[in-house]
Amino acid sequence: MDVQAGKQPKMLATARREFAPWKDKAASPLIRFERVSKRYGGVTAVDGVSLDIYPGEFFALLGPSGCGKTTLMRMLAGFEEPSEGRVWLAGRDLAGVPPYRRPVNMMFQSYALFPHMTVFDNVAFGLKQDGAPKGEIASTVAEMLKLVNLTGYERRKPDQLSGGQRQRVALARSLAKRPKVLLLDEPLAALDKKLRGQTQFELMDLQAKVGTTFLIVTHDQEEAMTVADRIAVMDHGRIAQVDTPADLYEKPATRYVAEFVGDVNLIEAKVVSRDANSVLMQSEAMSAPLRAICEGDVSPGQQVALALRPEKIRVTLRKPGEALENCVRGTVSDIAYLGDLSIYHVRLESGLILKAARPNITRFTEQPITWEDKVYLSWAPEAGVVLVK
Amino acid sequence: MSVHSARSGTGRKLVLLVPYLWLTFFFLIPFLIVLKISLSDDVTAQPPYVPVLDFSRGFEGVRGTIAALDFENYRLVLGDSLYLDSYLQSLLIAAVSTFILLLIGYPVAYAMTRAPLGWRPILLMLVILPFWTSFLIRVYAWMGILARDGLLNQALIGLRVIDEPLEILATNGAVILGIVYSYLPFMVLPLYAALEKQDHSLLEAAADLGSPPWKSFWQVTVPLSKPGIVAGCLLCFIPAVGEFVIPDLLGGSDTLMIGKTLWTEFSSNRSWTVSSAIAVLLLMVLMIPILFYQRIQARNLEAR
Repeated sequence: MDVQAGKQPKMLATARREFAPWKDKAASPLIRFERVSKRYGGVTAVDGVSLDIYPGEFFALLGPSGCGKTTLMRMLAGFEEPSEGRVWLAGRDLAGVPPYRRPVNMMFQSYALFPHMTVFDNVAFGLKQDGAPKGEIASTVAEMLKLVNLTGYERRKPDQLSGGQRQRVALARSLAKRPKVLLLDEPLAALDKKLRGQTQFELMDLQAKVGTTFLIVTHDQEEAMTVADRIAVMDHGRIAQVDTPADLYEKPATRYVAEFVGDVNLIEAKVVSRDANSVLMQSEAMSAPLRAICEGDVSPGQQVALALRPEKIRVTLRKPGEALENCVRGTVSDIAYLGDLSIYHVRLESGLILKAARPNITRFTEQPITWEDKVYLSWAPEAGVVLVK
Repeated sequence: MSVHSARSGTGRKLVLLVPYLWLTFFFLIPFLIVLKISLSDDVTAQPPYVPVLDFSRGFEGVRGTIAALDFENYRLVLGDSLYLDSYLQSLLIAAVSTFILLLIGYPVAYAMTRAPLGWRPILLMLVILPFWTSFLIRVYAWMGILARDGLLNQALIGLRVIDEPLEILATNGAVILGIVYSYLPFMVLPLYAALEKQDHSLLEAAADLGSPPWKSFWQVTVPLSKPGIVAGCLLCFIPAVGEFVIPDLLGGSDTLMIGKTLWTEFSSNRSWTVSSAIAVLLLMVLMIPILFYQRIQARNLEAR
């Protein structure tokens, strides 16, 4: 697993770029959630979720804790039965199939390694249940340990391993049976930030190598965006949006998704008029009219929100051109210097604070913008997204 | 900082001293006294053995005492089949009882850990509750139940299950029953402690990897509860070997348990020296499983 993203074989990278079975009308999904609900007493954990996941996908369920993402995954693993709806796997209805008969394997958040068994026995556990011959077990375990770079650790017990090594044993164990789907429940939550970042790339690489469908549950949007082909953002048991990471970020469907994925300025506004491909809006908080590209169904007078990513806003000391639209003036109230970026908090005359990011391209900025400076914020019509919901 | 660590070092030593002092005064010294008596000879006197340590003659007296000690009593005990039978029967009864205790205790402890969280303190309470009544009274109650015209026989005859009363009281079976009844909490509690802290996700992982629940029980639950099994079995086996009250009350004249033999030797035969020798040998017999357990533990630690 020492192969980094940069060193990834070119063939895999290309395959990844062209991989989009969800756009293919002829493709049949491997996993299908069909109006699945799960209730515990009066609490609805999952609420009428329908979702298709295709073979070979690296799919992420993303949401805050308690949004139902883990419950949805556990229904696929068989630890929970849906209150309503059906879960299909490779064309087979999973209702009533116990976890030990489902061709899916799970990597647990706690890793759940058997403490009384060696690394070898942990990885071999699943194969032994199927009564595989000894030689085959040994060769598969060796192969799996090589895959996760743990050759030579066969005879260690889990408590003799570091956190990162345990994580890899758990991964090898869940892959050893070559499941149709590998379920990953917050697989990297227990690792420190640096190791987590590195492991994300290793996971992607591993998935490309073994070709198994991966379903990951995470609350970390950065992690989901790094590893996944597609992400389902969940909110209170429902799916808010399913899309590729780039589309989620650039074309959020709702205010919730826009706010959950990345940083965003949400400006409440009213539609003034619309032409073929853009919308003109007026906001009480903004001194200038707002224009944004919009193909959606909005009509004059409608209350909407304009979602603006901080990095798409230019911060300048001088007024940029003679623009009348998408240009407002404010005072710098706060600067967060992050090294690669500086985030400016600019207070408008109306009191609204907008966040704007400036990459720190040079080591010393020629025209440093600092606290209490009067600045102009401007952005292109393509920068903002008009949100109805 | 060095002052601080030096002070905490002294504190730690003081804390460690407490159990050592306790063991010295309440185990080691009494044991040495018993050991010395076991090497002495019986006399009709007060105390009923010679030699008696005589410090008035100083070092010479102590040396004289030691010179007068011999292994005569051990030769007697090891040479008489009555004592050997007592040891063997004690070990056998204790082993059978411990095995039955494990068979009953494990499902009880397991069920307790599966009970709803709010129930567990109540269930634990129920396990400990019998201790609130005197042990002696509870064993006496079994006499009433098991006797020829006791509760059990009356009930069975009343229900027409049997015609003639069963002879249960005054058999080894009754002794085993008494031990199992009395010792059950000592088996259940360590097992419960071991089972309760088991991570439920391990069973989910086993199921996920294709192991049906009954197989997961043997592959995951039982091996992980091994410390509880060993602790429970030792806690039951060791006192059961030396048990005196239960064989005396529930056993028959042919029930030879070492505790009872020791008691007879001490109270009826008034031989302090022979009964001391029996006690020392009993301790040595019981050391074997303890040492065995410690070796397993040491090996487990080494493997880490």
